[in-house]
Amino acid sequence: MAFEDQRTTVYKIDPAHPESETLPTLRTEELLLNMGPQHPATHGVLKVILELEGERLVKSTPVLGYLHRGVEKLAEDGTYHQFIPHTDRLDYVCAMYNNFAYCRAVEKLMNITVPDRAEYLRTIVAEVQRIIGHQFWIGTQALDIGAMGVFFYCFRDREILMDWFDELCGARLTTSWYRIGGVERDFTPSLIEKLKLFLDYFPPKIEEYKVFLETNRIWVGRTKGVAIISAEDAVSFGLSGPPLRGSGVDYDLRKAQPYSAYPKCEFSVPLGKNGDTYDRYWIRVQEFYESVKIIRQCLEQMQDGPIMADVPSVTLPPKQRVFTNLESMIQQFKLFSQGFDAPPGEIYCGTEAHKGELGFYIVSTGGGKPYRLKIRAPSFIHMGAFDHMSRGYMISDAVTIFGTYDIVMGECDR
Amino acid sequence: MSLQQLASRLQENFATGFVKAVEWRGDLAVTVTRDRLHEVAQFLHNDPAMDFDYIVHVSSVDWPDDEERFEVVYEFYSIKKRQRIRLKTRVPESDCIVDSLTDLWKGADFMEREVYDMMGIRFRHHPDLRRILLPDDFTEGYPLRKDFPLRGKGWRDTFEFLDETAR
Repeated sequence: MAFEDQRTTVYKIDPAHPESETLPTLRTEELLLNMGPQHPATHGVLKVILELEGERLVKSTPVLGYLHRGVEKLAEDGTYHQFIPHTDRLDYVCAMYNNFAYCRAVEKLMNITVPDRAEYLRTIVAEVQRIIGHQFWIGTQALDIGAMGVFFYCFRDREILMDWFDELCGARLTTSWYRIGGVERDFTPSLIEKLKLFLDYFPPKIEEYKVFLETNRIWVGRTKGVAIISAEDAVSFGLSGPPLRGSGVDYDLRKAQPYSAYPKCEFSVPLGKNGDTYDRYWIRVQEFYESVKIIRQCLEQMQDGPIMADVPSVTLPPKQRVFTNLESMIQQFKLFSQGFDAPPGEIYCGTEAHKGELGFYIVSTGGGKPYRLKIRAPSFIHMGAFDHMSRGYMISDAVTIFGTYDIVMGECDR
Repeated sequence: MSLQQLASRLQENFATGFVKAVEWRGDLAVTVTRDRLHEVAQFLHNDPAMDFDYIVHVSSVDWPDDEERFEVVYEFYSIKKRQRIRLKTRVPESDCIVDSLTDLWKGADFMEREVYDMMGIRFRHHPDLRRILLPDDFTEGYPLRKDFPLRGKGWRDTFEFLDETAR
């Protein structure tokens, strides 16, 4: 017989990986593969060098920095107010949360208390942003691993909220709606009406997304048991948000260090069990319901009142007064050109964005500009665990694994 | 444990390495000498009363006028005790190296690489100390140092300009 079937004679099964087969008689070598920076599933410009043994990942090295713009250096050159639009460009999918985290940090530095109504407005918009972020994640993550349908459904609903943002602040992505000490403008009755309509419209749509994914055997097969990380490792790597809670660690800053209007709302923090991609998906879906709950409570509890703290040396005057009143115009001009005088000191303030803990560490030596501003970007820290989480998986799982963090390179590379 | 108790506990245990503890706006920042940094961090990580199992960020600050120019800042959090602490140490420019904490917190790997990339502080026993955000062949130095100009040092101007307009 000319062609003997070698599979039965030469191949040995590796007991550690029963499904893998080693070939002792053939020459084998590791293969290096560049994934990205221009791969459509890498969410921008992420490059990962994969070391492969057959189709299995032996080691993966993320190569970051393709979108590095030196935001931390730029921050040292501008006043505190001037940095708000820069934060939009960090995580450009969820700009509102970046504004929120930054403004909270500066308020901590300046010791400003934000009025009640502004806190409710901030919480509502932050939760709307969380819904957008999770919709975006579910859509693109499923698209990355081949389930295309749900993408259109997520983006259809995301578009409603994007239009809502447009009406709120005139921009869809780079919003800059939060201000130090409050927010830029109040909700109009039409905005509240539209938001209420959305809250009734949205929960049945979540069921739609779930049907799309959870009945898709391929999608379930590619997320269940993929990218598992144990609770200890997740904590040690400093993961946060759904990647941490997926492993069952109860750490949510909204509960651990309550801020804004969250202590006045009732909501629960969903926790996963297995620490795999499917659990992270499940958490995000549950957070849809929690966000809807929080927004409803905020809309009910919200009372009329000022939307900006009354600290003229720091906060901006209302726009109407700037155009009609000379003193207010001078105040606005001085705040933007010179900034306010921050006390010397240093603070760290973390905020639970939908990706994880987004924190700002600000060192001030007095004067109008931060001396040093460090951004604790969850995407960057999550990439640190990529090698650990990807070892032993197949090459096609690499896409699932960096999809599972919900990375945005603008934030990762800053 | 209140922040003051935490600070005094550290002062008792590390009498020689303890420099100062500052509490401001509800944040506790403890400065220790560079040679005791790893021990203090180990104590914070392993001692059951401390239990700082979560690393928040690693950062650095440049103080060009000071004798010990750079400040390395670590921030830890205890998930069980819901407490935060900032650990700082100073290094001189001539010998800017500190012990890496990658053996205690795995997440310190990328964070310390970023500090190295941006400020030029080296970490002893770090498994893979390379630039992370900037390219490996970046020769202009360390951009977050205060003597680094905002516009860079001219590397970008050496890029060749390709004229692709229609003629």
